[in-house]
Amino acid sequence: MEITLPPVDLGAITPELIVTGTALVILLVDLFLPRDRKTPLAYLSLLGLVLAFAASLPLWGRARYAFKESISLDPFSLFFSSLFLLIAALTILISTNYLEREEIHRGEYYALLLFATLGMMLLAKGMDLVVLFLGLETLSISLYTLAGFMRARLRSNESALKYLLLGAFASGFLLYGIAFLYGATGTTNLKKVAVFLGKGAPLSDPFLFIGAGLLIVGFGFKVATVPFHMWAPDVYEGAPTSVTAFMIAGTKAAAFSAFLRIFLYSLAPLKPNWSAVLWVLAVLTMTLGNVVAIAQQNIKRMLAYSSIAHAGYILVAVVAGGELGGSSILFYLLAYALMNLGAFAVVILLGQKGEENLNLPDYAGVGYRHPLPALAMAIFMFSLAGIPPTAGFMGKFYVFSAAVKAGYIGLAIIGVLNSVVSVFFYLRVTVMMYMREPRAEVGPIYTSPALAAALVIAVWGTLQLGLFPGRLLELALRSIRPLLG
Amino acid sequence: MITLSHYLALGAILFIIGMFGVLTRRNAIGILMSIELMLNAVNLNFVAFSRYLPPGALTGQVFAIFVITVAAAEAAVGLAIVLGLFRNFRTVNVDEINLMKW
Amino acid sequence: MELGLFIVLALVAMASAIAVIIQRNPVYSALYLILTFLSLAGLYLQLQAQFIAAIQVIVYAGAIMVLFLFVIMLLDLRKEEQRAVKGGYQLLIGLLLAAILLGELGLVFGGGVLKGVPGEFSPEKVSALGNTQVVGRLLFTDFLLPFELTSVILLVAIVGAIVLAKRRLD
Repeated sequence: MEITLPPVDLGAITPELIVTGTALVILLVDLFLPRDRKTPLAYLSLLGLVLAFAASLPLWGRARYAFKESISLDPFSLFFSSLFLLIAALTILISTNYLEREEIHRGEYYALLLFATLGMMLLAKGMDLVVLFLGLETLSISLYTLAGFMRARLRSNESALKYLLLGAFASGFLLYGIAFLYGATGTTNLKKVAVFLGKGAPLSDPFLFIGAGLLIVGFGFKVATVPFHMWAPDVYEGAPTSVTAFMIAGTKAAAFSAFLRIFLYSLAPLKPNWSAVLWVLAVLTMTLGNVVAIAQQNIKRMLAYSSIAHAGYILVAVVAGGELGGSSILFYLLAYALMNLGAFAVVILLGQKGEENLNLPDYAGVGYRHPLPALAMAIFMFSLAGIPPTAGFMGKFYVFSAAVKAGYIGLAIIGVLNSVVSVFFYLRVTVMMYMREPRAEVGPIYTSPALAAALVIAVWGTLQLGLFPGRLLELALRSIRPLLG
Repeated sequence: MITLSHYLALGAILFIIGMFGVLTRRNAIGILMSIELMLNAVNLNFVAFSRYLPPGALTGQVFAIFVITVAAAEAAVGLAIVLGLFRNFRTVNVDEINLMKW
Repeated sequence: MELGLFIVLALVAMASAIAVIIQRNPVYSALYLILTFLSLAGLYLQLQAQFIAAIQVIVYAGAIMVLFLFVIMLLDLRKEEQRAVKGGYQLLIGLLLAAILLGELGLVFGGGVLKGVPGEFSPEKVSALGNTQVVGRLLFTDFLLPFELTSVILLVAIVGAIVLAKRRLD
């Protein structure tokens, strides 16, 4: 039997190829570097990320499919690819110093980070459920390893185990959902699913409902929405801080990109059914995330619960749907990534060896001792709380106004009330930094040009998006349109 | 006469058994085995659908192959984590591993 | 006859699956899991998926479960002391999900609609070409990109396993 290979359009996956190639080169170069000199690998991976971004620019021109319609090159996937590359680059900038301090500076870290980025990019590009599933697993398996990267630390071991067990459990639900979706439509290609459902296929098919329901459970685990969130605080607290930052900013965006493509695009005809479920999940997620965050003393754990709450806000926008809801999600995810990565950069900066100095009282008086990092932290906390003129405020503004315009006024009100509650615990950090007496002397903080650069980028981005959101919003609108048909 | 429903029912039962295993086993390796059970239930669904769907959409069988590959990768990393954990904790029981409360 | 075979295989699969999760000794659990896999392989043959049946035995029962057994033996695990259920919260979620799934099962018996998009390979074509060839052909055409991607996943798993489990790095 002859097998004729389909046209292999390598141009369509140049960014992915560059990221993969860089990861492989890093694994090789790592062998020739002495144990205490791994910093060149960080610059190598940054170079790879920049090249991948440059290679993705020409693809913006014309939307098209490649590899037998298994991936889609449209503004939506390219927007997310750029976002993931930015997140990975910032993560690398905040990592080097930290890895050296914790004595886990090994080459595999960068390779796995790049493989995780590859998985995220495929999650955004995938037009076939097979690609989405494999992208998700590339991301997840890399992250299981990264979460357990501090091998000598029990908390890191525990974090890796919990993440793996819950992640694999969630994959089981996701796959079961995919199987039913396949049973209902006979295909795993999202475009064919959309066409099939669009032309009046029986929407009352029980297989479809089972499939959609199981997909919501699976994605619910992956983005940590209540009641599928119980793994998140432990995993985020126990993983190395730089990895936590990457997980909070990156995986959430990646999982949402796949979720949006499946639900807003392929399963759009079923919207009345799934949006009711997501309405409930959004309310539960926002409320529980914010209320429990109040009680947290450990800053990593507090940011973990805050990330759960933010997933709730994003769900509000998913329920709202349409161009406004969709574009506000993209805007929000970028703002969210910048402010979280920034906050974690400060956490890393102020931390001490052995993951110490992470409790709220440790931040007492930081405002006088380290004025610049404290100022940055205050900006990130304002942004997370949604206070103008920051990115977080604009993000929430777009999300809630999309909800109001789509007629979900109750949901918007609950969201705003939640934001008010959240102000309390975000501002507590600021109060601690500026209005409390410093505690007994702690060791010196280690800073580096890379970490400073990451902080500057995050602060600049947070303020820029807060003051001049117009251009990004336009881009987000343009990016969401291909999904809405 | 065997119908699709027979296979789907068996798949659902196996999935539920696996799910209960995940939620009730204390031993990390036991949980991993229960997850394998869930993945197998899913595979049964894929293969059954690909058999009974109108004119042969064989995607289901291909998907099953990918699921098996990923299951192998996940098992390898999972068992590596369990090994590392055992070195530090001397146990693989998940409720003894609880530095951070749920 | 066919139905009889199905019933036998299904019963073996269910019984051994239950044994997997209630057996205290992990070695027995693993062996029962292999039995489940083998009976599923039999069902795949009935479903005319010969290639999946073969890799189910070779990869799943052969490779993955050997890895499990290897680790169990290496760690020299004792029997689990008590099989007390972990927490009320988890059991609650478990029961809830099980109830939902069982409800769905009812729906399934009520009859789902199978009117999917027709595929490229009709049963006649499959029997003319052979199952393995058809699956291989799909892997190298429609699913070429995912197929290549699995190589990355396996590499990630290798790197991950070494990073996490190797006794001394460097």
